[in-house]
Amino acid sequence: MKDLPQITLTVNGAPAQLDIAPGRRLSEALREGLGLTGTKVGCDAGDCGACTVLLDGEPVCACLTPVIRAEGAEITTVEGLGAPMERLRSAFLRHGAAQCGICTPGMLIAASALLARPGTPDRNAVEEALGGVLCRCTGYAKIIDAVMDAAGSTPQAGPPESPASGAAVGARLERLDGAPKVAGTEVYGADYAPEGALWVRAIRSPHFAARFTLGDLVAFARETGLLVFTAADVPGQNIFGTIPPFADQPALAEGVVRMRGEAVALVAGEASALEALGPEDFPVTWSPAPDLRDTPAARAATAPRLHETREGNILIAGLVHSGDPATGFAAAAHIAQGSAQTPYVEHAYIEPEAGAAWLDGDTLVIQACTQAPMMDRDDTARILGLPPERVRIIPSATGGGFGAKLDLSVQPLIGLVALKTGRPARITYSRRESMTSTTKRHPARMRARIAADASGRLTAMEFDGDFNTGAYASWGPTVAVRVPVHASGPYTIPNYHAEARAVHTNGPISGAFRGFGVPQAAILQETLFDELALKSGLDRLAFRRLNALPEGGRSVCGQELHGVGIGPCLDALKPRWDAAAQEAEAFNATHPGRKRGIGIASCWYGCGNTALPNPATIRIGITPQGQLKLHQGATDIGQGANTVITQICADALGLPITAFDLVGPDTALTPDCGKTSASRQTVVTGNAALMAGRALRARILALTNMGEAARIALHPGALSVSEGDQTRRIDLAALGEDANGYALAAEETYDPPTHALDENGQGIPYAVYGYGAHLAEVEVDLALGTVRVHRLTAAHDLGRVINPLLAEGQIEGGVAQGLGLALMEEYIPGRTENLHDYLIPTTGDMPRIDTILIEAPDPEGPFGAKGLGEHALIPTAPAILNAIRDACGAKITTLPALPHRVLAAIREAEQNP
Amino acid sequence: MSLYHRPGNLQEALDGLARAPAVVAAGCTDLFPATERAALDGPVLDITGIAALRGISQTAEGWRIGATTTWTDIARVPLPPGFDMLKQAAQEVGSAQIQNAGTVAGNLCNASPAADGVPPLLALDAAVEIASAIGTRVLPLARFITGPRATALRPGEILTAVHIPRDAGQGASRFLKLGARRYLVISIAMVAARIVAEQGRAAQVALAAGACGPVAARLPEVERALTGLPLSDLAAAIDAEAVGAVLSPIDDLRADAAYRRHAATELLRRAVTETVETMR
Repeated sequence: MKDLPQITLTVNGAPAQLDIAPGRRLSEALREGLGLTGTKVGCDAGDCGACTVLLDGEPVCACLTPVIRAEGAEITTVEGLGAPMERLRSAFLRHGAAQCGICTPGMLIAASALLARPGTPDRNAVEEALGGVLCRCTGYAKIIDAVMDAAGSTPQAGPPESPASGAAVGARLERLDGAPKVAGTEVYGADYAPEGALWVRAIRSPHFAARFTLGDLVAFARETGLLVFTAADVPGQNIFGTIPPFADQPALAEGVVRMRGEAVALVAGEASALEALGPEDFPVTWSPAPDLRDTPAARAATAPRLHETREGNILIAGLVHSGDPATGFAAAAHIAQGSAQTPYVEHAYIEPEAGAAWLDGDTLVIQACTQAPMMDRDDTARILGLPPERVRIIPSATGGGFGAKLDLSVQPLIGLVALKTGRPARITYSRRESMTSTTKRHPARMRARIAADASGRLTAMEFDGDFNTGAYASWGPTVAVRVPVHASGPYTIPNYHAEARAVHTNGPISGAFRGFGVPQAAILQETLFDELALKSGLDRLAFRRLNALPEGGRSVCGQELHGVGIGPCLDALKPRWDAAAQEAEAFNATHPGRKRGIGIASCWYGCGNTALPNPATIRIGITPQGQLKLHQGATDIGQGANTVITQICADALGLPITAFDLVGPDTALTPDCGKTSASRQTVVTGNAALMAGRALRARILALTNMGEAARIALHPGALSVSEGDQTRRIDLAALGEDANGYALAAEETYDPPTHALDENGQGIPYAVYGYGAHLAEVEVDLALGTVRVHRLTAAHDLGRVINPLLAEGQIEGGVAQGLGLALMEEYIPGRTENLHDYLIPTTGDMPRIDTILIEAPDPEGPFGAKGLGEHALIPTAPAILNAIRDACGAKITTLPALPHRVLAAIREAEQNP
Repeated sequence: MSLYHRPGNLQEALDGLARAPAVVAAGCTDLFPATERAALDGPVLDITGIAALRGISQTAEGWRIGATTTWTDIARVPLPPGFDMLKQAAQEVGSAQIQNAGTVAGNLCNASPAADGVPPLLALDAAVEIASAIGTRVLPLARFITGPRATALRPGEILTAVHIPRDAGQGASRFLKLGARRYLVISIAMVAARIVAEQGRAAQVALAAGACGPVAARLPEVERALTGLPLSDLAAAIDAEAVGAVLSPIDDLRADAAYRRHAATELLRRAVTETVETMR
């Protein structure tokens, strides 16, 4: 590379020389050339703003800036935001503005440019300044609050809480892992570059269905200097899947591809050699085959099977049946029926999949973004023909997951290259590669019929849905099982029949996405509820309240439920519901072309695996030197497990948060806490942390012969335990060390008590449920069909709020994703494989969000707590759709509610009121 | 290794381009998204080092907007109200980051049917100045963009400036963009309107619509129908059929063609109404 010109940059006030071609992206120069990995790359197209840097004080996308343009300019990256921006950083932490943190550097830089201008910006100015940076976690509310705070536009938030022993649960604590996120030092999948690493690229199918033959790979390798790996190089079982009995996906395809984006080979080598490779250069011959794009095509009698053993392309069907639906419908005074259709929805986390792999002795180490390190370890080991203990997964910081990073992506690919070559290997997916090859939300085609008696009480419901599960199984079985269990919503329905099928097509793999099919089902159920309420002559909120599951009520699975918070959630929304109705009426009386409406919808969601074991194990130990270590294996993808699990453990043990050092997650260091999915970590790992904390406390109390009320304090090399006027000391060094190096330790496992579902779906699918309801207020432009959600009130029952700051962040982020689902998001394979054709909400699309946290303690949850992550998204879309209908009569049955669809529905409503 | 040339003056750029073809790069906000590589596909002629190509100046005939003038530049320079629509469009291009890099010439040469800059420039009667080693020619903007991603640029030519005639700076103006989200959005439809009023009537009307056909277009029939009418009657006088006759929108993932036709009319009525309101 010695023929390259030398370019001198001034980065963060210091000169830096680089031998680099002038037309290369500044983002690459900063990250790979100068090691300034605080600047993130999310799209390489100016669509996400993650790479925002200042060029002479003005924000630009580093990915769109040829490095030569930066010569002679002052470049400021997140690492160089100096002392004046310290207030901004701390405001981000105090307000909970960083969740996964991948957008945080771009947000901080964009905000710093605003703050450097004279004057005090108002909310609109902040929204506009941040409008070019996408965030998928927060819903922007806390980011905007933090910038307003730092700008002096709003009063400064108080100092961070530092709760005393025993008071951690319930505290509005800053996230414990926040500092590196706001400093730009957090290490995500693409940020770690082992010395001498080979770059890896996957060769992927451009076809939805095809056979293929590989050409002369030896000649290709010789000509390009690249190493090539194919299915023939896979040493173990070339098949994986998140649910082992359904595993059907090859790491590298063998002669046939079933979807666009499927990997057929790997090439590895120097970055320059890989970059020189054109899209047509790899020797592969495709024979495209007819493909099945949607479930009607896939279920047609003549349709070819994607997988030989799956008749009718049906992966699995789920069923819940209770009571006698025929009688229920016969007895009904009112029946509402309808259908709804939802598209593929992309997770659109800002961090494309990335990671590095290397050998440490004979152990293969993989550091990559993930939600499920232990599953990654076991599946990767199986593919690579290694015993699981010879694979170590170190989760990097994960820049958003929302379900898609539960599945393997880069792990077997870089693992294979590292294993075969003995050299470290790196990969970073392009945005297009991330979007084409990883999982999506299941497109759903659903129909339902719901009945109520003359008083408005529900008497029966039928639900039937085809869920397009794409080319491979992934989490299709989970969706097919979860949907019938949840399609009732949190309501009492005595007679019920619900079926859902996961149907294979040649579309992208549908997997886990915040809610596992439940958000789609809720859209149909909750919009039909509005029809039933109208037919029954009941207020729509009152109708839901009348039918809400009561304490001790039975679900459609026959499960007796306790700690049921849906009634209190609906009650909490009532004041705003009444006020909003009046405000809308007043507005509508004076605005002929625009109409406001309000809508409500509920959610419930079972936390953890459906009637299957999903244990978590927490280890806690105190070293002879007096360090308290919490082995926390629940991956924190931004949702806050690192903080919440520590809060629970701290109060169980009786030591302050500040005493804790976190270890992990790392499959070599942390016991299995299971995957970060199904809203299970607070409940399942939280219970393990509670048990481990209590066990360690019991041990300490027993050693000192003290009572339950004693206070524990940690000192260098010692513990002291006090009760009344007595204090006893434990000399930790005198206790010796266990195999993990601890003087005192506890390890506890919790697995939620569930009971298998019978052939009618009756049983105890989940030990703990969470509940919620959203009230959306919208304004519809009658002539253009555009919809603006101007306010959203979210009431969620968390059982016990472990951390209100993080809980609000989860809710605001869920609302943003729900709003996107309702109004703009539609993934079309081959057409929206970027973040300018696939739209997610920006700062300017979000309403004011008011969160109401309800505590109806769960008998099983830790301190009564319930899960929240997925619940927060479920009610948003149906609440918005119900509000649109309330405003203008438009019934949207095909999502998203793009302006042309809304306008057509308005016209339809005018013709058939 | 592809060649990358960043000359400091126009002559050097034109001479280079005369010798060998190259991709002319300005803001790079369209060029980089077109590749997944870490470098522009070259050879590249980067014209941002030519100081004379950036900035807005007044000339004897009107205004000259240099090729590499950014959208942020346009938003910040004081200009008469006839340019309001262009400033509004400047603030709707992508995001602040894109506006700081993206240039007027890039927007025109990229020739996207949804280019935000084109409708207001059409309504400003813009002409483009095109230079090559053998000379300079000027072309009305309407004849410069010939189709989606197609322009009248010939090999060896660079778009060096946009000229706005003095008359076109007159009147009041408004730009409206309709998209499925607030920021960073490709238009479903957009319109620009400029009206010169005399004694309560429309003396001059310039209307243009974008994202409603292969290229953005002026609406001369509609303009004629409005000219001379009282300001308060203008919006209602916009005839949907006359608007639809000019447009040839497509169905795509953002909207269907029928909706775009309808939306263009509605947006034009609103833009005209809001323009008239600014005159009060």
